[in-house]
Amino acid sequence: MIEVKNVNKAFGTNTVLDNISTSFEKGKVNMIIGASGQGKSVLAKCIVGLHEVDSGEILYDGRDFCQMNRLERKAIRQEIGMLFQSSALFDSLTVEENIMFPLSMFTKMSKAEMQERANFCLERVNLVGRNKLFPSECSGGMQKRIAIARAIAMNPKYLFCDEPNSGLDPKTSIVIDNLIREITYEFNITTIVISHDMNSVIEIGDNIVFIYEGKNWWQGDKNSIITTDNKEINDFVYASEFMKEIKENLKKR
Amino acid sequence: MKVINNIGKYVIMLTIVFSKPEKWRIFRRRLFEEIEFIGIKSIPIVALMSAFMGGVISLQTASNMDSPWLPQYTIGYITRSSTILEFSPTIISLILAGKVGSNIASEIGTMRVTEQIDALEIMGVNSLSYLVLPKIIAAMCFFPVLIIFSIGLSLIGGWLTLTLSDLASTDTYVYGIRSFYTDLEIRYALTKSVAFAFLITSIASFFGYYTKGGALDVGRSSTQSVVSASIAILIANLLLTQMILL
Repeated sequence: MIEVKNVNKAFGTNTVLDNISTSFEKGKVNMIIGASGQGKSVLAKCIVGLHEVDSGEILYDGRDFCQMNRLERKAIRQEIGMLFQSSALFDSLTVEENIMFPLSMFTKMSKAEMQERANFCLERVNLVGRNKLFPSECSGGMQKRIAIARAIAMNPKYLFCDEPNSGLDPKTSIVIDNLIREITYEFNITTIVISHDMNSVIEIGDNIVFIYEGKNWWQGDKNSIITTDNKEINDFVYASEFMKEIKENLKKR
Repeated sequence: MKVINNIGKYVIMLTIVFSKPEKWRIFRRRLFEEIEFIGIKSIPIVALMSAFMGGVISLQTASNMDSPWLPQYTIGYITRSSTILEFSPTIISLILAGKVGSNIASEIGTMRVTEQIDALEIMGVNSLSYLVLPKIIAAMCFFPVLIIFSIGLSLIGGWLTLTLSDLASTDTYVYGIRSFYTDLEIRYALTKSVAFAFLITSIASFFGYYTKGGALDVGRSSTQSVVSASIAILIANLLLTQMILL
């Protein structure tokens, strides 16, 4: 479980996170949603330590990340897997080497053991036999799946996914969403997904945090987000004519 | 103000770069990769530049030898001194600042804008030490080798040019090369090459690592790294000459 308590973050005079408090539960797909520029990526980066918070607490199963020294943070980070928006695979390494990279850095596994683990991870994301390809030889969807395989290589307790569906077609997006959900339930990890893709939110969001103007504006699950009367949520969810039509149909029922 | 800010950031970066690698086995592998990338792959350009540079120095010296009081072996002596003291360590380093420096800045800059450096940090890897330290050490180890190679080729270039244009005999040229030689010249050249190697790789890494934005900014970082490294080389050249030769 990850808890965020009274977190504030500003860049110069621009306040991005305004006293945010929320919690992300274990074994659930937790989603941070919101329009562009509202602070959801900054919140995620603060949680993983890529940005330092100005004040507040970030607790990983009760351990305050903000108070930790470099070595303690390093230990926590080995429990974190992250899927980046751009996949962030290392171009110079093959698919297998990308997955083996954290294992080679932080474990004492032999090469054969690392290869076995890489094969398991690739099997888990349905990419068996793609070991020797380079990231540039893979499609966008494959790169996302390789990044997921790398993220789960170290058996993480916490999985972060930054806009996992960006740049993907709807069918591949569903594949990635399902994979994130399956992995979360299978390994019982705390997953945080940053997204503004409403399909994903309604498909896999167990716990949804809506960020608006740097504040935790609304929190609920995928059922309550459809029925809520919160104006800002409705403006976000039903922004398109198509979604407005769906809402009208839902009301008629 | 920005320059002072950058110098401060650069010094802080170096303190993080020079920390114990996560695993020595991985550091060793990365070091050999960088020696190949920074050192071995620079041999063709260094060879080409050095041979032609040596030829031009000897020709220019010969064309200016009007006085009958000056012995002909002076051509060899001046070619050797100019090559060892200035042309090989400084000019070759300026060329390498362009080739190696821009390469390093764009490589690390691209890693930054494609979030690969963030990925390293999230994994708990000291990204600066992992990416930059092998580059600095590889350059500091291999630049002296390149400079010795450059000096040799430059002197051969001078000899070929002189003999082909019949301006001096081989014996006279070799006698000139050997005249008034002191070890200090080579020590000076190698000290400069190590210092320049450090400046080129660390400055290029600095601009690459702190790139913000996209492709355009990677290009900008690359250009800034070459300009800054060249300026740093010229300043360091002046300081080292003052310290070692005078």
